[in-house]
Amino acid sequence: MTADLTTTLTDAAPNVAGAIETIESHLHPEPSFDVAKHPMPTGREEIWRFSPIKALKPLLAEGDALGGLDWDGEFPEGVEMHEIGADEARERSVLPPVDRVAAIAAQRTGRAMHMTVAAEAVIDEPIVFTGTGTGQHAAETLVVDFGRHSRATLVIHFQGSAQYAAKYDFRVADGAEVNLVYVNDWDDKAVHGGQISVEVGRDARVRTIHASLGGKALRVAERAHFSGPGGEIEQFGIYFVEGGQHIEHRMFVDHNAPHTKSNVDYRGALQGEGAHSVWIGDVLIRKVALQIETYESNKNLVLTDGCQADSVPNLEIETGEIAGAGHSSTTGRFDDNQLFYLMSRGIPEDEARRLVVHGFFNDIIRRIGVPAIEEKLLAQVERELELVSGTTPAGALA
Amino acid sequence: MSTLVISDLHVDVLTEEGPKPILKGVNLTVRPGEIHAIMGPNGSGKSTLAYAIAGHPKYKITGGSATLDGVELTELTVDERARAGLFLAMQYPVEVPGVSVANFLRTAKTALDGEAPKVRTWVKDVEGALQRMQLDKSFSGRSVNEGFSGGEKKRHEIAQLELLNPKAAILDETDSGLDIDALKIVSEGVNHYSAQGDRAVVLITHYTRILRYIDPTFVHVFVDGRIVAEGGRELAEKLEDEGYEAYVKAAANA
Repeated sequence: MTADLTTTLTDAAPNVAGAIETIESHLHPEPSFDVAKHPMPTGREEIWRFSPIKALKPLLAEGDALGGLDWDGEFPEGVEMHEIGADEARERSVLPPVDRVAAIAAQRTGRAMHMTVAAEAVIDEPIVFTGTGTGQHAAETLVVDFGRHSRATLVIHFQGSAQYAAKYDFRVADGAEVNLVYVNDWDDKAVHGGQISVEVGRDARVRTIHASLGGKALRVAERAHFSGPGGEIEQFGIYFVEGGQHIEHRMFVDHNAPHTKSNVDYRGALQGEGAHSVWIGDVLIRKVALQIETYESNKNLVLTDGCQADSVPNLEIETGEIAGAGHSSTTGRFDDNQLFYLMSRGIPEDEARRLVVHGFFNDIIRRIGVPAIEEKLLAQVERELELVSGTTPAGALA
Repeated sequence: MSTLVISDLHVDVLTEEGPKPILKGVNLTVRPGEIHAIMGPNGSGKSTLAYAIAGHPKYKITGGSATLDGVELTELTVDERARAGLFLAMQYPVEVPGVSVANFLRTAKTALDGEAPKVRTWVKDVEGALQRMQLDKSFSGRSVNEGFSGGEKKRHEIAQLELLNPKAAILDETDSGLDIDALKIVSEGVNHYSAQGDRAVVLITHYTRILRYIDPTFVHVFVDGRIVAEGGRELAEKLEDEGYEAYVKAAANA
């Protein structure tokens, strides 16, 4: 028996070491523009194990430069957009690619764009860009610089269908207040992958809202870090996943500066055979990041059989002097106690369910601050409910 | 006029290991205008009685009946029981994130009355009920019970009691965890409701303290799933001095 045990341990050691390395590389993938540094995934890698490699294939392939989506939108005063070369795009980027899709997006971008919001510009109306896919294979790079003490809301709205690899970088300068809203309102066949990186300046405040409504497969890595103390980022997300759809949000907040704050709250509803959602919530609190505060939360509402919700929060803390750090993840069907409470006040079951689902998403939707997008999402919540309960919408509940 | 009659009620709690009998034949008649205090040690089944009558899915009624004005409650769904006039103030009110108190109350009132309350008077009614429970009117914009303190949750239950004005109310340990000021506020609310004269009240409590502010018509001692003794408020005073020990021993030896 002793000999067997020894053999087992000897054999196990390299595996253990390998596993630890995997975890480290998971939390600190080495970002690089070099596609060779991001080998073609097999699906067994930690960062790919939840992803549908086959569906994402077009976004993983090297090749010639590609065009973009058909864009529509208006630039208010203080906002400018220019084409930049590939080298400049790299220099200006907030973070190099952290996975192969983002590396391919950078490599195959035909025209990289640079948008600037002037320092101290206060833009009250949301800046809305709509990108439409018409079935093309597309790759895009966008770098946005929000100037010092500027204030703006940028809405990026995707629609139509495309095979779309994208790398977006947002640099938010000191004291700026920025809302970033992404609406993935793709048609059923669309495939969208890539990386969104945000750098939060000293005392800057950033809020991102990510709404994923459609598409065959969506896989976006969202990265955030700080360029000075006192910055704050809130990241909210909602997603509706239907049968055969894959929606994957991979969050990573790097607390690399003291007195910074982050709060991540993603909520999804799944229904239909093969509906698959993935949420990864990584947070790293570095040694220098004293007195930071962070919370990550993911909630999944599973409405029918045959769905899968993967939810993985990770918290890595390298300093003991923090103000607060926590995370939570829940996945389940309706909360029986909530239904009981509402029904015990006379509210019929159907209506109680409606209240609970509305409540679940309203918490996020009401923060968007762009009425047209809020209405669109509330309508989507209604459609979800109709599919589940077969009831007609009751407008009184909004 | 509202009479709540519980006859030979047997209830199992559904656990992962299978059903477990908790209530073993409860008999209780609450006539209009009466307040019945049910007192008992932890684990005696007091809360089970409350939840089973309200229809919580975790409890299964295996025998007996509960009627309100002759309507058999045990055959109704949870919401139908409420619409038949039953109200349960819960020991642990549930948080419902994203649903505002105002929306919740209006939806409940509409469901109970079969028509939406009149906008002008309703808003005033809600503000008044919250105010009497010393809850700021900003509570109507907050999510139901979310982030409320223990005392605020209980006062919110009693504000609902006033607004929804059911025929019969079961108050499950509404006094637990309240400081003396909150206890007085809550007691006033219950007394105000009961003073209508035709409402039935079951007051489940672990402590005699609340009976200094609410005068019970009857006091029942609840041990091991049934009522083992009854009397007036002098029984509560006796329990205050002597505890439940003698009753628990007697039940164990029975």
